[in-house]
Amino acid sequence: MAEKLTIGKALNLGLRRALESDPKVLIMGEDVGKLGGVFRITDGLQKDFGEERVIDTPLAESGIIGTAVGLAIRGYRPVCEIQFDGFVYPAYDQIVSQVAKMHYRSQGRVKMPMVIRIPFGGGIGAVEHHSESPEAYFAHTAGLKVVSCATPEDAYMMIQQAVASDDPIVFLEPKRRYYEKGDVEVDADLAGAYPLHASRLTRPGTDATVIAYGPMVRTALDAANAAAADGRELEVFDLRSLSPLDLDPVYESVRRTGRCVVVHEAPSNVGLGAEVAARITEHCFYSLEAPVLRVTGYDTPYPAARVEEEFLPDLDRVLDAVDRTFGW
Amino acid sequence: MTKGRGAGGESAPGFVQLLTPDGERIDKVTGADGVEYTVDFTDDEYRGLYRDLVVVRKLDAEATALQRQGELGIWASLLGQEAAQVGSGRALRPQDMAFPTYREHGVLYCRGIDPIMPLSLFRGVDHGAWDPVEFRFNMYTIVIGAQTLHATGYAMGITKDGKVGNDDGEAVIAYFGDGASSQGDVNEAFIWASVFNAPIVFFCQNNQYAISEPIEKQTRVPLYQRASGFGFPGVRVDGNDVLASYAVTRAALDHARHGQGPTLIEAYTYRMGAHTTTDDPTRYRMAGEVESWQAKDPIARVRAFITKQQIAGDDFFTEVDELARRESLALRERVLAMEDPDPLTIFEHVYPHGSPLVDSQRQGFAEYMDSFEGSAH
Repeated sequence: MAEKLTIGKALNLGLRRALESDPKVLIMGEDVGKLGGVFRITDGLQKDFGEERVIDTPLAESGIIGTAVGLAIRGYRPVCEIQFDGFVYPAYDQIVSQVAKMHYRSQGRVKMPMVIRIPFGGGIGAVEHHSESPEAYFAHTAGLKVVSCATPEDAYMMIQQAVASDDPIVFLEPKRRYYEKGDVEVDADLAGAYPLHASRLTRPGTDATVIAYGPMVRTALDAANAAAADGRELEVFDLRSLSPLDLDPVYESVRRTGRCVVVHEAPSNVGLGAEVAARITEHCFYSLEAPVLRVTGYDTPYPAARVEEEFLPDLDRVLDAVDRTFGW
Repeated sequence: MTKGRGAGGESAPGFVQLLTPDGERIDKVTGADGVEYTVDFTDDEYRGLYRDLVVVRKLDAEATALQRQGELGIWASLLGQEAAQVGSGRALRPQDMAFPTYREHGVLYCRGIDPIMPLSLFRGVDHGAWDPVEFRFNMYTIVIGAQTLHATGYAMGITKDGKVGNDDGEAVIAYFGDGASSQGDVNEAFIWASVFNAPIVFFCQNNQYAISEPIEKQTRVPLYQRASGFGFPGVRVDGNDVLASYAVTRAALDHARHGQGPTLIEAYTYRMGAHTTTDDPTRYRMAGEVESWQAKDPIARVRAFITKQQIAGDDFFTEVDELARRESLALRERVLAMEDPDPLTIFEHVYPHGSPLVDSQRQGFAEYMDSFEGSAH
């Protein structure tokens, strides 16, 4: 049965399904209980599943992740909420040195079936530390998997798949898109779901390939619609999985189009776009009509809210980059 | 109460002691936490503790020698801390879970674990590679203090599983040192343990040094007193006294397993050796200080007590030395027999179900290796 849900509500419903399906699933984080989280993603869950399973933690991110490691050793499946992207850094040591390495350290004897949910990205008019895109730090860390949803349908299924996975997964939620609505098959079976670590062709096209994830998928689609009005058909991919990357379908696309633009909010230097561009260049070298171009946030700290629209990639900057691939 | 060299200083430490450095038994003593501590060991148990102390020290010396001979990459010696480790290790009940640092070889031994188990880590063969739950002993954690949060989370899980509240309840012990007490993670672990009333004992071996930095660089108050600010009891024990270390730890673990929450134990001891084999303590501490602690040796006092009480005679001591020699020889032989891992194992166990990136790199590496003429791969 399809329901019209926002991304935020789809995540909430997905978490509810995860709590229902496995008594070992826990939710822990700051304000996730009565308040339902600052974005209300865990709204109502403590009321229905109790304080033992939906845990309001002390206000310390390393403590959240570090105790989740111990709970995972004990056999639990913690879903940790980090309140905002810019607050994850106190937990960075536990994530990189413990969560990511425990399976390797133990040669497979200890699993870390943990999900670390992080609302990420800008565009909400916030103060400092509330609009960052830290995905490259985590994608660079062996032992972690990193995913990002862009639609209500994916939000609903991907959060359930992430909780069910034995991998530690950093789950990036496009916070400025929390309120976007879409159809969600709420009765869909997890077993038949689109794979968690697969990219998705979101809009077919013939003239250039545009790659995005998270909040920039909407931007890329908007750009493609605008380009279509000018007679240019852009093929849009939603990466969904940032680590591991699933680029085989993208290579196939770029071999057809010969042009490619990668879009993300995070700064360009040593970002996901650089990795994607390098791999496309390696795999599609003889098909490329132009270098792979990146449209990204600038290599500055995230700016003040009144100028963030200038910082963030938008429809025009994506189209400008596409134009440049044609003028090369 | 404390005076002399600062808050953590060595004069008037105010600890629980049941066996003096001269081997005199103190019947009962009340700790700073108001609890009365004693032990009631049989002669056999006294002999057993002595045996553990001697074997653990001998194995440690063997590992140091193996490092000096190039057979281990590094070794973190427990020399001087045998009583704190054997006492607390023997206090654990079978169902209890320990979260060690990288120096708890004595605790590991007392858990009945083969002492060879962590040697592969120090030789550079692996990073640990054991199942914490199987051995009730987590893998060595090298990042200072990180394991105290893991221990606390594990203890929260015990409560969730309903495994507290009686004699069969489970408890957790988290080991860390005086240096770690400054880490945010340790302080966060105290907060979590307190707020969630977790069944955990924080066992801090204050060996007076964090590599080169003396305790005064970490604290202005005795470490055990920090517990009161977090809302649970703290007690300082003579960490060179195996009886007191046992008594205090056993009481704290039982307190925890009955659902009465955490305890901080500060085992006041001294690192007689270097921080690790890469360290040179002559650069930062005086020989006289080491000598003063030599007089408080954890093993000599047990031997003196056993002799005075006629619990055992010279034959026993000779027999223990012989056992220690045999065990250390066996350790040496097995370290020398450890083979280097196949380079392709670099790519194993990064993820439970693999990853296309790692898998393709593994394949590329294998093909590269095979490209060499006469390659075994």
